This record gives sequence, structure tokens and C-alpha cells, in this order.
Amino acid sequence: MSDLVWIFISALVVNNFTLSYFLGLCPFFGVSGKLVTAFRLGIATTFVLLITSIATWTLNTFVLERFPYLRLLAFIVVIASAVQFVEMVIKKTSPALFAALGIFLPLITTNCAVLGLALFQTSRGYGFWQGIAFALGGGGGLTLALVLMASLREEARLSDVPAVVRGTAFNLLLAGILAMAFMGFAGLLST
Amino acid sequence: MSDLELPPEPGSLRLVATLTIAGLLAGLMLAGAYAITLPTIEANAAAALRDAVFQVVPGTRAMQKLVLAGDHFVLADGKEAKDAVAVYAAYGDGGAFLGFAIPGQGPGFQDTIKLLYGYDPARKVVVGLQILESRETPGLGDKIFKDPAFGREFTSLAVEPDIVVVKSGTGSAPHHVDGISGATISSKAVVRILVTQNQHLLARLPTGDAVPKAPAQGSR
Amino acid sequence: MTTTTPPADPSRAYQEFVKGIWKENPAFVQVLGMCPTLAVTNSAINALAMGSATMVVLMCSSLLISLIGRFVPNQVRISTYVVVIATLVTVVDFTLQALAPAVHKELGAFLALIVVNCLILGRAEAFAAKNPPGLAVLDALGMGIGFTFALSCLGMLREVLGNGSLFGFDLFGPSFEPWVVMVLPPGGFLVLGVILLLFSVFGTRKAS
Repeated sequence: MSDLVWIFISALVVNNFTLSYFLGLCPFFGVSGKLVTAFRLGIATTFVLLITSIATWTLNTFVLERFPYLRLLAFIVVIASAVQFVEMVIKKTSPALFAALGIFLPLITTNCAVLGLALFQTSRGYGFWQGIAFALGGGGGLTLALVLMASLREEARLSDVPAVVRGTAFNLLLAGILAMAFMGFAGLLST
Repeated sequence: MSDLELPPEPGSLRLVATLTIAGLLAGLMLAGAYAITLPTIEANAAAALRDAVFQVVPGTRAMQKLVLAGDHFVLADGKEAKDAVAVYAAYGDGGAFLGFAIPGQGPGFQDTIKLLYGYDPARKVVVGLQILESRETPGLGDKIFKDPAFGREFTSLAVEPDIVVVKSGTGSAPHHVDGISGATISSKAVVRILVTQNQHLLARLPTGDAVPKAPAQGSR
Repeated sequence: MTTTTPPADPSRAYQEFVKGIWKENPAFVQVLGMCPTLAVTNSAINALAMGSATMVVLMCSSLLISLIGRFVPNQVRISTYVVVIATLVTVVDFTLQALAPAVHKELGAFLALIVVNCLILGRAEAFAAKNPPGLAVLDALGMGIGFTFALSCLGMLREVLGNGSLFGFDLFGPSFEPWVVMVLPPGGFLVLGVILLLFSVFGTRKAS
């Protein structure tokens, strides 16, 4: 049990998907302009992560044992399907959210975090529940990073930032400071 | 991609055919690449493991893998489950049994630490340690594998009573490990992994005549 | 260029090749493929390995996609490209694992993540599918060199600042107190941020 808590907390803050493993940076910089959208994309991605984790476990346990060389290909196909599925669900249940997320919804397919989750889960040999804990922690961490970043950027819009600094460079520096803050979580799990 | 209105579709048969052909070709290519590279990859992994075992149990000339079945260890026959608990029996010149190399892993300061350590059951001491994988802080926590002084703490370390970390320079008893100043958590994490494995496995290791004989010359 | 190419071609080919190295540098100017850019550039050697692996995949995928582009129906083109790229990445992954296990261990899962590097799919969609194989490969080579160059710059900077060494060789001796945070994750964001800042400062100066 404590193992599951460890995996969850580790992926959530100590080894935050975005700020420590650099997974899912595209939406991190692309969608973090507005707080609400950022939060919703985080939730959608978490959902995809959850499905991917279950699918990865199933594939690893029943299929890929015999065909390990098809692993990457299989993961990609599964992820693309999972994203399609989530897209359909969101479209049915909340057309407004579907419109708000726009292009970033299908782009979850090429979100490194999703493939990264599948790969790390495999290389660390996580079981079913460990995979779930990893997906929830990773998704939560990603959402947390997105929300923090979006809040910072909403604040920064009101402040007097020199024109040359604005843009990606500024966001990267913000992310650097945020990542430094997250370094403070190191050691949380081993004391 | 799929729900945009697209100009006249070129029959879905053609779409399926394209993807099937692409998938088949990809599969063939991957199977080929796998078949060609697998022997080398396996040889590399085996060599890395041998190096590690030979290092943590000084004087090793040959080794063989044992896996936990029920509550005792038996010789691995290659059919054991992938996640079976394993240790490696190490033999010196003339097939003399030297000790076991025991893998372990656990949470470190930043991420999981994976390590391998040598254990000599005759003297009840740890005889060597190698960190296989870690993401500890450069310059501080990474001293667990970069600082030779820390490694020397594990060359003749009693396992009874349980190993403890003490402040650097104050270790006097045979079961004391001098912690790294500035990286106490990493030092403690390493020791905790050792202690856990010791408590879990040492009593189950084969002793006396139950220790499998050294593998025949040549087969390692 | 071979001498058989028509007279008008060499300059075009040269342009397609050169643009990726500096003017449209994938990492510094287009800011594509950030995940590997930041994750594996904590040492110069890792950065170089990652850059080269990406370049190999990019060139092969551009060549293949340029060749098959005409036969693939529009609706399944992305899926087909992804299959091609995933296959190539797996092959590179196996090869590296066999030939350089130490490097492979350092890069770990990030090597496989080349599949979702936007740079590769981006070049396939934006250039390779619409251009002849020769140009596609040149474009890929330019972009690949540009990407490797950018990664190496980051890797070298971060290694020198954060570890006091370059390609593993100690530069300053024991008296140097390394700026450790530079080889840690925040350092990746900060160094790339500062580099982009310099690009934008010089960009504005040139324009005015």
C-alpha cells in the first residue's frame, strides 16, 4: 500500500512529470495562458493517462511478452485510440469544453507525457495498481504544473515586463523558477 | 482529424489497405532488427551484470543465479518468472564459494535507487556495494557512488545488529556506516535498502551443503 | 550536390539545407521538440547522442515519407507517418542498445520519446510529403544538424556550469564550485530561457 502512495506522491511532486521529467511541455507552454483552459486540459490529459496506463498494463501482460519489438508501435496506436475515445466522450458530454480545448485535444496524442507514462511504467515494471497510482500522480502533477504556470502568466500579464523578454523566453524562465521551487520536495519520501 | 468534413473519400478499403501494408512492413522491419540486435543486447546485459557481481564480491571467478521459490532459494533454470526474487552465488578460484550478490532497490532522495551488494555468509559481513541506478543530487547525493570513501564503508560491514548510519567520522562499531555530510538522506536510503533486504533474505539463503556447487568450468 | 542536378537546383538545395541550421533552427527559433531538448542535455555527450539519434530518425523518415507520400490517402497520412517514425525509432533504439549500452542507459525512455518529437512529424507534414526525396533529405539533414547543434550547445553550457567539466573532462580543477542547479531540471529551463532571450535581444537590435 505504502508503495502505491510513494509512486503517487513521487509522480505528483517530487519527480513532477512536467517540471522534473520535462514531459508534456507543448501544452505546458501552449495552453497555460488561461487558468480555466489549463485546468480542463490537465483533467482531460489525466483521463487519457489513466486509460493509457490500463491499456499499457494489458498489452504488457498479455501481448508484448511475446512481441517486445512491437512495443512502441502498439503504445502509439493505443494512445491515439484513447485520445479519440476521450475526444468523443467530451464532445458528447460537454460541447463547450470541446470547443474550448480545440486543437489541443487531438494534440494530446503527441503529448510526451502520455507515451512517457507508458514507457516508464514498462521500464519500471509497474503492476496494475501501481500503474493506476502512477497515472493519477503523473496527471495530477501535470495539472498542478499547468495551473501554477497559468496563474503566474495571468499575473505577469499585468506587470511591466520589457518587450524583448516577453514570449517563450519569459515562460521558460518562469518555468525554471517553478522547477526550482519543486526541488524543495526532494527527500520528502525518504525521511 | 476524423471528424472534419473532408473532400470525396477514396473508398475506405484503400485506407485500410494502406494502413495494413504500412503496419505489415513496419512489423517485418522491426522483427528483423530485433532478431539481429537481440544477441548483442542480451550479451551486453549479461556482461554488465557479471561485472557488477564480480565487483561486489571481490575475487569472484564464476557466478550463478538463484531464485526464491517458496521460502528457500533454488538454482534458476531460465524458466522462472521475470519478477522472481533473485540473488547470485559467487565462486572464486577452484570453485570455492565466496558469498552472494544481492540486488535491492528503494526510494532515495530524488528517485528510486537500485543497487547490488555482496554478502559473505561465513563472516556475516557485507563485502562490497555498487549503485546501479540513481538520480541523486549531483555533487551531494551522488557521492553514494562517486565518493570512494563511502564505498569503502561497505567492504567489511557487519550485518548484526542491523547496519546504522552515524555522523561522518564517529563510526566505530563494525555495523556503523559513516554518513556523507550534506547527503545524509541518500546515505540513509542506501543503508535502509540493505537492511530491508538483509531482514527479508539473509535467513532464507542456502547454507553449508545446501549451497549449490560452482558451475562447471566454462559455463558461467 | 552531384553535377547532374539542373543548374537552378543547387542554390535551392543549398537553401533548404542551410535554413535549418541557423535561420529556422528547430530548437532555438521554432522551439520544437522541447522534451528531449531539456531532459537529456545535462551533459554534452548525452546531448550529442540524442541529437544524432534524432537526426538519423529524421533523415530516414523524411526520405521514406517523401517516397511514399504520393501513394498515401490524405485521411490516413498522419497515422502512416507515425507508424513509419515509430518503426525507425525502435530500430535506432535497438541499434544503440546493442552498440552503445552505456549511452542507451543514460538516455533511457527519452530515446523512445523521439516518436512524439513534434520536429519529426512536423518536417514530414510540412516538407517531406510535398518535396522530392533529395530535397527532403537535405532539409532533414539541415534540421538535424541544427537540432544537434542546439542540443550540444545546451549540453555543453549546462555541463560546464553545473559540473565544471566538458565531455567528462574536468576543466577547472578541484577549486571550482559547480553551479549544480544547472545540471538539474530547473537549469534546463533557465539556460534555454536565457539563450532564447539573447536571440530575441539580437533579433530586435538587427530589426531596428
